[in-house]
Amino acid sequence: MIDLTINPDLARKILTGFIKSELNRAGFSKAVIGLSGGLDSALACVLAAEALGPENVLAVRMPYRSSSPDSLEHAQLLIEQFRVQSETIEITEMVDPLIGRDPEMSKVRQGNIMARARMIVLYDKSEAFEGLVVGTSNKTEILLGYTTLWGDSASALNPIGDLYKTQVRQLSRAMGVPNEIIAKAPSADLWSGQTDEGELGFTYEEIDKLLYLLVDQRYSPAECVQAGFDQAFVEQVVTRIRRSQFKRMLPPIAKVSNRTVGYDFLYLRDWGT
Amino acid sequence: MKLNLALAQIATKLGEVGSNLEKHLDTIEQAKAQKADLVVFPELSLTGYVLQDLVPSVAHHPTDDDPVFRQLLKASHDLDLVVGFVDEDSRHRFYIASAYLSGGQVLHVHHKVYLPTYGLFDEGRFFAWGDAVRAFDTRFGRMGILICEDFWHASPPYLLWLDGADVFLFTSASPGRGLNDSEKLESARWVENVNRSYANLFTSFVAHSNRVGYEDGLNFWGGATVFDPNGERVAQGPYFEEALTVATLDLNQLHRTRARLPLLRDERTALVQNELNRILSK
Repeated sequence: MIDLTINPDLARKILTGFIKSELNRAGFSKAVIGLSGGLDSALACVLAAEALGPENVLAVRMPYRSSSPDSLEHAQLLIEQFRVQSETIEITEMVDPLIGRDPEMSKVRQGNIMARARMIVLYDKSEAFEGLVVGTSNKTEILLGYTTLWGDSASALNPIGDLYKTQVRQLSRAMGVPNEIIAKAPSADLWSGQTDEGELGFTYEEIDKLLYLLVDQRYSPAECVQAGFDQAFVEQVVTRIRRSQFKRMLPPIAKVSNRTVGYDFLYLRDWGT
Repeated sequence: MKLNLALAQIATKLGEVGSNLEKHLDTIEQAKAQKADLVVFPELSLTGYVLQDLVPSVAHHPTDDDPVFRQLLKASHDLDLVVGFVDEDSRHRFYIASAYLSGGQVLHVHHKVYLPTYGLFDEGRFFAWGDAVRAFDTRFGRMGILICEDFWHASPPYLLWLDGADVFLFTSASPGRGLNDSEKLESARWVENVNRSYANLFTSFVAHSNRVGYEDGLNFWGGATVFDPNGERVAQGPYFEEALTVATLDLNQLHRTRARLPLLRDERTALVQNELNRILSK
């Protein structure tokens, strides 16, 4: 029996403490979050509001013209319920000129451009609002590399990156995220009808259990198959984790000196605070 | 005899000894106001935990000519202190250390003997390994100090027991991990279980002082505890928050428990020695 249940009170305590401590130590008291209308950013927003006070959280809605109207509405539900500050900045005018240069452009390229345009908006708001960008990537998508590098993966700190998607759902429920957001199919909403599970080819329930065995419990792929997972599924996931390692690291620096950033120049970010 | 023991679960500034010293002196004042006889600070309480390349720049030596220890030694005229720091020896080796200060004197310095260098830990990369586990005499009887991973191994507490310690002072900077459906983290449950077990097995007092706060993504869970020689919890600090937990230890409980349960009297140390010699000479 693989049980990913977490104690929501304990998770809430640790994660809100993390947001407050790490933000304050960097010299900030406010946060900026891209609120998509989906579950991950909803949870990050609610945690930040509890940690910092809702008046110190700026939720930014950044629709593209093809974005689902539900996304905007669901984000608005959350903004109203938790009384965070909000702003809506449509990215269509930013991204269409670039997308328009190549009529053959794939959906993936278009999606990447949108994700990176949103990153530009968030980091601009970070400066204007004097708040740090709070990340919204969960452990499932980080491990699978289901993210746009320097796009939705970009943040100053990430409170939910060690929670699997199913755990994000559980904690969101406990923290009062509106049911409309919890119940709908997860989607990057980069094109109409896109769903994570459709694109990935498996459900979060299945993948989270497999990742939990592979990563947290250190099962070998063969042991996962013995535990009842389909062999092709296990192989696909293992390959996916390996091939996306680059998305979980800063770019390697070619070492030539005696002391090199990333190898033997070792300090935490909290150095001196 | 009674011992008013204060466990100071503080958050520290990483690499800022001066500011951490101020917090120690403030906490000592609070402990004094609560009539504490002894206040125990967590592992690396003067420096912070994930020091990495900061190690050489935060090291101090527990002597009167050290500017940090001069103030702590002065404070130890009012009550006894255990403080955590980086000790640099005369050959410039760096140790994770805890010192027991009393009446302006350094009664004992323990160098951490087990440096976890696996998983999220990297202590062996930056620190030298201590090579002694010794009990020492205080005005409240004989005590022993161990630092975090030292008591994840069974042998250091056992050695302290045989060396005469009746009060075990454990200090930690324990990163919280293992979130599941329990109301406690796995790391907290593990530590509390072994602390209680040592109190039971060695019919002794076991006190644990663990830090709080965050360093980057790591959280430290606090939750100071004291278990008495019957394994009963006589004090419990809060989790994740700074606190000074004061417990009155009735040291006569050692007499009563050991009259009932003479595990120390019956411990067959010669048998242990013989078997260890045999096992280790294989």
